[in-house]
Amino acid sequence: MSEPLIFEISSPGRCGASLPACDVPPTPLPAGMVRADLPLPEVSEVDIVRHYVRLSQLNYGVDKGFYPLGSCTMKYNPKVNEVAARLPGFVRTHPYQDPDSVQGNLALMFELQEYLKELSGFAAVSLQPAAGAHGELTGVLIIRAYHQSQGDGKRTKMLIPDSAHGTNPASTTMCGYTTVEIKSDGRGNVDLDDLRAHCDDTVAGLMLTNPNTLGLFDEHVLEIAELVHNCGGLLYGDGANFNALMGIVKPAHLGFDVMHFNLHKTFSTPHGGGGPGSGPVGVSQRLAQFLPGPIVVLEVTEDSCVCDAEEGEEHAQECYVLRLARPEHSIGRMKSFYGNFGVLIKAYTYIRMLGAAGLRQASEDAVLNANYLMHRLKKVYPLPYDRTCMHEFVLGGPPPQAKDIHTMDVAKRLMDYGFHPPTVYFPLIVHEAIMIEPTETESKATLDAFAEAMITIAEEAVADPDLLHSAPHVTPVTRLDEVKAAREPRLRWTPPQ
Amino acid sequence: MKIDKDCRYVETHEWIRVEGREAVTGITDYAQEQLSDVVYVELPEVGESFAKGEAYATVESVKTASEVYLPVSGKITEINNELDTKPQLVNEDPFGAGWFVRFTMADPSELDDLMDADAYEKFVAEEKAKGGH
Repeated sequence: MSEPLIFEISSPGRCGASLPACDVPPTPLPAGMVRADLPLPEVSEVDIVRHYVRLSQLNYGVDKGFYPLGSCTMKYNPKVNEVAARLPGFVRTHPYQDPDSVQGNLALMFELQEYLKELSGFAAVSLQPAAGAHGELTGVLIIRAYHQSQGDGKRTKMLIPDSAHGTNPASTTMCGYTTVEIKSDGRGNVDLDDLRAHCDDTVAGLMLTNPNTLGLFDEHVLEIAELVHNCGGLLYGDGANFNALMGIVKPAHLGFDVMHFNLHKTFSTPHGGGGPGSGPVGVSQRLAQFLPGPIVVLEVTEDSCVCDAEEGEEHAQECYVLRLARPEHSIGRMKSFYGNFGVLIKAYTYIRMLGAAGLRQASEDAVLNANYLMHRLKKVYPLPYDRTCMHEFVLGGPPPQAKDIHTMDVAKRLMDYGFHPPTVYFPLIVHEAIMIEPTETESKATLDAFAEAMITIAEEAVADPDLLHSAPHVTPVTRLDEVKAAREPRLRWTPPQ
Repeated sequence: MKIDKDCRYVETHEWIRVEGREAVTGITDYAQEQLSDVVYVELPEVGESFAKGEAYATVESVKTASEVYLPVSGKITEINNELDTKPQLVNEDPFGAGWFVRFTMADPSELDDLMDADAYEKFVAEEKAKGGH
C-alpha cells in the first residue's frame, strides 16, 4: 500500500475550513508582492485527517516494534515522562518570567544538575546544550578556554580514536582544532603505542567514547587518562554510551575532565525525528568556571525568601532561593534561555521513577540483553571483536558462505520479519558492520524472535540469495534505488506540466 | 581489479600519473569498489595548495563518506567538473574519466616514497586477506 502525496489528493474547490465573512476593512497588499498562483493542495477536512492517519500507520517507531539501532540507543520512552512534561505548572511558564515566580522549574533544573553530578562524579553541570554534538562543541570550547587561561597557545590538536563517535571530529574542527586519528588495537581498545607517539605539548586533549562504538569498554582507560594528562591535555568523555555505565562507574573517577550526557539516549527522552535532544555537560572542579551559563545555584538566604514565613516570623530552617548564575569565566551562552526545558522534565522524571537502584539495573539489563543476543548471533555471523560487550555489539557482516550478500541485504530482509534494521556500515573500522543495540526494556521473547529472524536470514542468504537482493517485500515500498535517489534527488513536488 | 601500470600509488588508495612537473590524481579501482556507487564528489578550488597526504577532496557513496588525500604536495591547477553531475564516472572509469584533480607538484622527489603498480597490487592483496568477508 502506498499513500499518494497530499497534492495528488487535491481537487479544485475543496476546502477544509469555513471562515466567517471578513468584519474589518480589507487592506490590499502592496502591488508587486501579490502572486498570481499559489499551488497549495485543496482538500476537505476528512481528506486531510485520513491522509495523515494513514501516514502515521505506515510509520515504524519504538512504540510499534523492536528497534535495535546501534549507537543511537532507541530506548523505550515511558509515557509518564510525557505526563510530567505536560503538567500545567511547567507548560504555562515563560522563560522571561521573574525567577522568583518559577522556583519550581529552577528546583527541577537544580536537582537534575545534582543527579547528573552524582551519577558522573563531576563537580558541576550545565544543562544548556541542545543535543549530543552540541554538548561536544561545548566541552571542546571549555577545553580551549582552559588552555587559553593557562596562557598555553601551542595546543592545536585533538586526538580522536577511530572507534569514537562520528560527530567528534566535526565538533573539534568547529573549535578550530586539528583532528588526529588514533588507531584501535586488536582487542578494540585504543592502541596505546599509537597514542604515546602522538602525545606532546601540542595536544589539547583526547575525546574518548567509552564504551566505544564497538560496544567495548576500553580496558586501558586509566592509562589513556594518564598519558593525556601527562602531556598537559584534557580527557573529553563522549557520554553517548553512558547508558551502559550509569550507577556502576563514575566517569570522573576514570580520569575524565569533561563529558556530555545524552538525555535523549541514556535518560529515555524521545530521540530522532520527534526529539528535541538535550546534551548537558559535566566538568571537573578546575573547569567549572568555564561552563556555559546560566546554571541554577542554590542560595541560602532569608532575604527574598520563598518560604511562607511572614514578616517578623521565624523562617524555615533551610531557607533558600534558587538563582540563575553565570560561572566566572563562562564560555558564554550555548543556547537561548535554559536548554530544552521540556526534555529536562522528562529526564528528571525518568531518574525519579527509577531511583538509584533502578538506573543501575537499566544499565545492567542493557548489557545483559546485548550479550545474550551477541552469543546467539555469533554462532552464525562473524564477530570481529569477540569479547564481553557492553550495551551493544558489532557483527562483521553476513556469514562468509553467503556469496554476493552484503550487510545491506540482511538489513532490508529484516524488515520483512517486522524488525527495524540495526545500524549498518558503522563503525567504519569493521567491514560490512552490523551494529546491534537491543536496550534494556526488551523481553527475552523479543530478543529470541529477533535472533531467530537473523538466523533464518543467514540460511536464506545461502539458499535463496535473490530473496535478500530484492527485499523488503512486505513494506509499503520495496527496495529503493538509493543510488539514483542520491544522484538525482527530487526534493519537492512540482505540478504536472 | 584494474591497475594502471603507468601510475604510482599510495596506501590510502589514490593513484597519481606524472606529466612533467604536473600530475593527475584520483582514487583506484579497488577504492571505488569498496565505496560502492559514488553519489557525490566534493573537490577543492583551483589555486589551493595541499601538503603530501593532506585531505583535498571528499567522496560520498550511499554507504559512507571518505576523505581523499593528495599523494604528493602541490597546487591545484584544474578540477574535474564533470564529476559534479556524473559522479558515477569514478565507478565506471577510475583511472580515466573519473580523475579528480590536476596539480603542479611542489617537490617531485616526494614521488620516491610511492608504490609502483606491482607493489600496490601486492598491498591490496594483503588488505583483502586481512579484511575478512
